[in-house]
Amino acid sequence: MTTDTLIPAASLKARRLPRWAPWAIGVVSAVIAYLVIYVGGQLRGGITMTVITAAVLFLIILGATAFSVEGSRAARNRVFTAAIYMACALAALPLIYLVKTLIDNGLDRFDAEFFTHSMRDITPFDGGGGAYHAIIGTLEQAAIATIITVPLGVGCAIYIVEYGKGRLVRIVQFFVDVMTGIPSIVAGLFILAFWVIIVSPVFNDGRPGYSGFAAALALSVLMLPTVTRSSEEMLRLVPGELREGAYALGIPKWKTIVKIVLPTAAAGIVTGIMLAVARAAGETAPVILVAGGTDSINFNPFHGNQESMAAFVYDQARLATKFGAPRAWTAALTLVLLVLILTIAAKLLARRSKLR
Amino acid sequence: MSEPSFSGFADIASTSSTGSGDDEATKAAATGGAPNTPPPPLGGGGALPRKRRWSLETGFRGLTTGAGMTVLVIIVAIGAFLIDKAVPALQANHANFLTYKNWFPSDNPPMFGIAALAFGTVLTSVLALIMAVPVALSIALCLTHYAPRRVASVLGFAIDLLAAVPSIVYGLWGRDYLVTPISGLSAWLHAYFGWIPIFGSDGPYGKSILLGSIVLAIMVLPIVTALVREVFAQTPTMNEEAALALGATKWEMIRTAVLPYGRPGIIAAVILGLGRALGETIALALTLGSTFTISADILGNGGNTIAANIAHNFGEADEIGRGALIASGLVLFAITLVVNVVARAIIYRRREFRASAA
Repeated sequence: MTTDTLIPAASLKARRLPRWAPWAIGVVSAVIAYLVIYVGGQLRGGITMTVITAAVLFLIILGATAFSVEGSRAARNRVFTAAIYMACALAALPLIYLVKTLIDNGLDRFDAEFFTHSMRDITPFDGGGGAYHAIIGTLEQAAIATIITVPLGVGCAIYIVEYGKGRLVRIVQFFVDVMTGIPSIVAGLFILAFWVIIVSPVFNDGRPGYSGFAAALALSVLMLPTVTRSSEEMLRLVPGELREGAYALGIPKWKTIVKIVLPTAAAGIVTGIMLAVARAAGETAPVILVAGGTDSINFNPFHGNQESMAAFVYDQARLATKFGAPRAWTAALTLVLLVLILTIAAKLLARRSKLR
Repeated sequence: MSEPSFSGFADIASTSSTGSGDDEATKAAATGGAPNTPPPPLGGGGALPRKRRWSLETGFRGLTTGAGMTVLVIIVAIGAFLIDKAVPALQANHANFLTYKNWFPSDNPPMFGIAALAFGTVLTSVLALIMAVPVALSIALCLTHYAPRRVASVLGFAIDLLAAVPSIVYGLWGRDYLVTPISGLSAWLHAYFGWIPIFGSDGPYGKSILLGSIVLAIMVLPIVTALVREVFAQTPTMNEEAALALGATKWEMIRTAVLPYGRPGIIAAVILGLGRALGETIALALTLGSTFTISADILGNGGNTIAANIAHNFGEADEIGRGALIASGLVLFAITLVVNVVARAIIYRRREFRASAA
């Protein structure tokens, strides 16, 4: 008794659309959209409307065709897959457009004068000037913020991983995570209320002192949770056997941490620090609140107003004349390049780290 | 009767310490602890460090504990100093801070309130999230389940880089290049959907809540995508393969194995994105129209948030004006604190998500 007369072989396979079907449906919906919207002018015409209509038509026709041939489950699968790909393309468009305009506009004033001159004596009606004072400000503020944040952040991470016990360490961990969400303007307001208004008049004959150092303090408040979190992750990745071997040899705990655990986790900790610096370099709100802003070069971060790259972009963007925008775009391009270099270097360093 | 066991113990202690360099003590112990010689030191003569009361060890421990406490101190200090500076301005205020819409702290008497600001903050953030979250979920699904491995890692890298771009760049680009397309979109929406109140305004269209929300959505997108991608990557492969083995299509596998498993992580990522959107200052300062109205219409000129208002008015603020801005910042701090605590509490229930949602 053979089975092939009882069960015809063809019905064991589900019916499927041919492989060229989605492409054909795409062409059909594009043609319909072109004829109705672009040429026919329905729904106000225009190329954007055409593309959107083509996409919607594609989904509808694909769904209907697949439903009739393959069944509802397969049809839902096809439609959702297509919709997901379309959402990705939708997201890619503005981001690509952003990068393109950034490069196009930023290269306009990407010249030597921009990087070697400040805005001193440049009125809004002058085309020259540069961001030298802002670059100095950003570098100094980021450097001071890093010097403040790294010992505090790594020390906090060491406390959480090595010395902390019980509920207190869980509370500290929780609030480090919560602190990552503090808005940058709130950090700026805090330093304004604390340092600029209350503490700095002591050093500044009774007048509130806006300075690059105040901006660095605000940036370190923003950097601290990032550095702490990433250092904590890296310290946890250090194998316990390494520590236990050191203790067994009689090495005190602090020496184990300083000479064995930290060097092992060093690459990852440096990665976290670089990512935090990249974020701090781009912060605008705290700087405009507490650093004062100026057109001239100020090498002293502890006294007198200082500018930063992000604040420079903001100030130039708000100039009413047409000369502000090119400077703003070039400064924005420089800032993005700086942030990108730091982020890429951090990720490459993370890949080379011994602990992954 | 206790003597033999005591000396036996001393014998064991002394023989085990023969490796250290103290022959004299060993010999003295081996002879049975003659009364004139001192007992062998702990550890057999210097191999282990003595536990001192105040040493480098306690100093280091104190330093790191201090660093740990700094985080708590900073959060408390932020609240304390903001309250300290806000209270005088609030006392001088003649209007109800929570329900008054306008902002005149320099008038006589000062009248200011955050009703319009809080409304704008919440509206722009919620709109931005409504637009960004489905797209972020799609991109994350694409990267983890649909795209080939090499493409996915390159695109993931690109998204991490986009998340690092400063917000001022988004604000500048939105103000210079998005106003015209969004004006066109607003006109289209009003023409075809003008009967819905939120699309009620009939122009001219400039900086509006719609523009600000779209810029905010584009900004929040990389952050939420990166977080959700980590969540999806941690779905147990067993669950996915089990669904496929039972005959599920790819979409059904995602719907039944990936999304339910990742739901706490997705919710936490959305709330973290919300926290980021609430605190966004510069991008909104450049793209919102900066008026003090509460209206459901998102196409018309206007819109303001707490943070954008601070950025705008800080320059010319006098004493009371600054106090008023600090008071509004205090409200923003409280809101984002609550949002972040809720998000982190959700994450903490699933231990494995804490590592990825940095």
